[in-house]
Amino acid sequence: MGHIVLENVEKSFGEVTVIPPLNLEMEDGEFVVFVGPSGCGKSTLLRLIAGLEDVTGGTIRIDGQDATAVPPAKRGLAMVFQSYALYPHMTVRKNITFPLRMAKLDQAEQKRRVEQAAAVLNLTEYLDRRPGQLSGGQRQRVAIGRAIVREPSAFLFDEPLSNLDAALRVGMRLEISELHERLKTTMIYVTHDQVEAMTMADKIVVLQAGRIEQVGSPLELYRTPRNRFVAGFIGSPKMNFLEGPEARKHDAQTIGIRPEHITPSSSEGTWKGRVGVAEHLGSDTFFHVHMEECAEPVTVRSGGEVDMHHGDTIYLTPDVEQIHRFDDQGLRIG
Amino acid sequence: MATLHARSAARLMMAPAVVLLLGWMLVPLVMTLYFSFKRYLPLRGGDLGWTGFDNYVRFVTSSSFWPSVQATLIIVGGVLLITVVLGVLLALLLDQPMWGQGIVRILVIAPFFVMPTVSALVWKNMFMDPVNGLFAHLWKFFGLAPLEWLSQASLFSIILIVSWQWLPFATLILLTAIQSLDREQLEAGEIDGAPPLARFRHIILPHLGQAITIVILIQTIFLLSIFAEIFVTTQGSFGTRTLTYLIFQRVLESQNVGLGSAGGVYAIILANIVALFLMRIVGKNLDT
Repeated sequence: MGHIVLENVEKSFGEVTVIPPLNLEMEDGEFVVFVGPSGCGKSTLLRLIAGLEDVTGGTIRIDGQDATAVPPAKRGLAMVFQSYALYPHMTVRKNITFPLRMAKLDQAEQKRRVEQAAAVLNLTEYLDRRPGQLSGGQRQRVAIGRAIVREPSAFLFDEPLSNLDAALRVGMRLEISELHERLKTTMIYVTHDQVEAMTMADKIVVLQAGRIEQVGSPLELYRTPRNRFVAGFIGSPKMNFLEGPEARKHDAQTIGIRPEHITPSSSEGTWKGRVGVAEHLGSDTFFHVHMEECAEPVTVRSGGEVDMHHGDTIYLTPDVEQIHRFDDQGLRIG
Repeated sequence: MATLHARSAARLMMAPAVVLLLGWMLVPLVMTLYFSFKRYLPLRGGDLGWTGFDNYVRFVTSSSFWPSVQATLIIVGGVLLITVVLGVLLALLLDQPMWGQGIVRILVIAPFFVMPTVSALVWKNMFMDPVNGLFAHLWKFFGLAPLEWLSQASLFSIILIVSWQWLPFATLILLTAIQSLDREQLEAGEIDGAPPLARFRHIILPHLGQAITIVILIQTIFLLSIFAEIFVTTQGSFGTRTLTYLIFQRVLESQNVGLGSAGGVYAIILANIVALFLMRIVGKNLDT
């Protein structure tokens, strides 16, 4: 179970409104990712669901029950913090047992659950160490272990991977996804990294300044972003935006085209430009192309073995089917 | 990491401080040891030659020796208990966001700046005086006979005065320790279902371990040698004669420098025993 509904939930700190009234529904077993630039209120929203902050208005329902005034411990949720928030003076075993001790479960059951969680997370050999003796990834797993043993109705993750190095982050991303596959529990995950959002989510919630810009599956957001903000936020490298005469040709204020939907050529194409920086990654090459028509360089993705370098003339052909059109409000047309 | 050259230069530059400190501590220590083996009565004949261990035997066999050790330990223990317990509670209180926090914090530190003599006199005359003291008025208000604090509850009175002086120190150190606690740990505890008391017991208190150890060790060093508070209140009567005060009486009131010096050496030994015990009990908190 883990069906969470937010009805007109709003939050302000004194005069400052962080989250204007907002409605959102999270289905049981769903992996929901809140994504947005820093300061967009995604962490605050998570803390409202956890009960660590009080809502200014609105209702939070968990499994049909009004949980707005229920204290955090009674909501049946578990949270993994950005700093892991492990108790430094307790061993890994004691850290993981702590919520069970507080719930006054009997010893045998405590032991069983801890061993089980440790086995799932490959922590068995580290049970008697202290957090200070563990690496970042291991600490992360302890924090997850502490969340799992409670058998919560939903997991809340607050930017859990942002303190890990890039290689470890990819590994933990997979582990969390696998955990979700296995447990089938609702997970709400906050991140500013759209790659994490795209790879892990069943449902992405894009937030900006406390407002929900769009809710949808990763591919929905990729294919039909509702506005310019979502279009620019989802996808890597970023979508290119062109204004002026090029946009007017398509009856729009702005047109957007993703780097992977432009075909570069050294001889012919719709647009002509000059290669600025060329990033050769092996599998892919990204060209930053300067064109006379627009101020910003246009990013183009191409295969790995393209022999074009700084200063070369380049011709670009956009895939007309994949052009996104936006009006003067930044909203999608068509 | 330093090169050989830099290291020898560092030694050279530290030398004056080391020599000064060494002289500062070594000279009095050697003089104390020297006098403790002498029969030295400044107003009754002066230096009367060596006496071997006579002074040591006399000091220890005197009927006031063990009571003075006991009084010293009771005062140190009592003050430590009060300052640490109240210090933790006050620090928790001051950590709460409240209006006028800055001013309250300055007020809390204030007693630390009052000289021991002055604070003891203020307590003696304004609070504990059986006729005019505030406590006397309070007792009378409730229809009770005023307590003669300094004679009827003499040790407790001294402990109270000294605790009042040292509470700010404990509070301040513990407050900074509480403020360095990661808030997410408390939130994690809250989500994990720990009620406030359990959060205090399992998260805050272990975090404060190191700070409490430092408070105990530093305070003990100073509390073993409190003097002014006793001098201006009970003058060592009613069972408040600590080892320090006993030495003072031997040297200045009995004018027996040799005997007092022997007492001084015992005081050093006592301090070391206490330090040894403390390090055994709380010292392990210092290495993390």
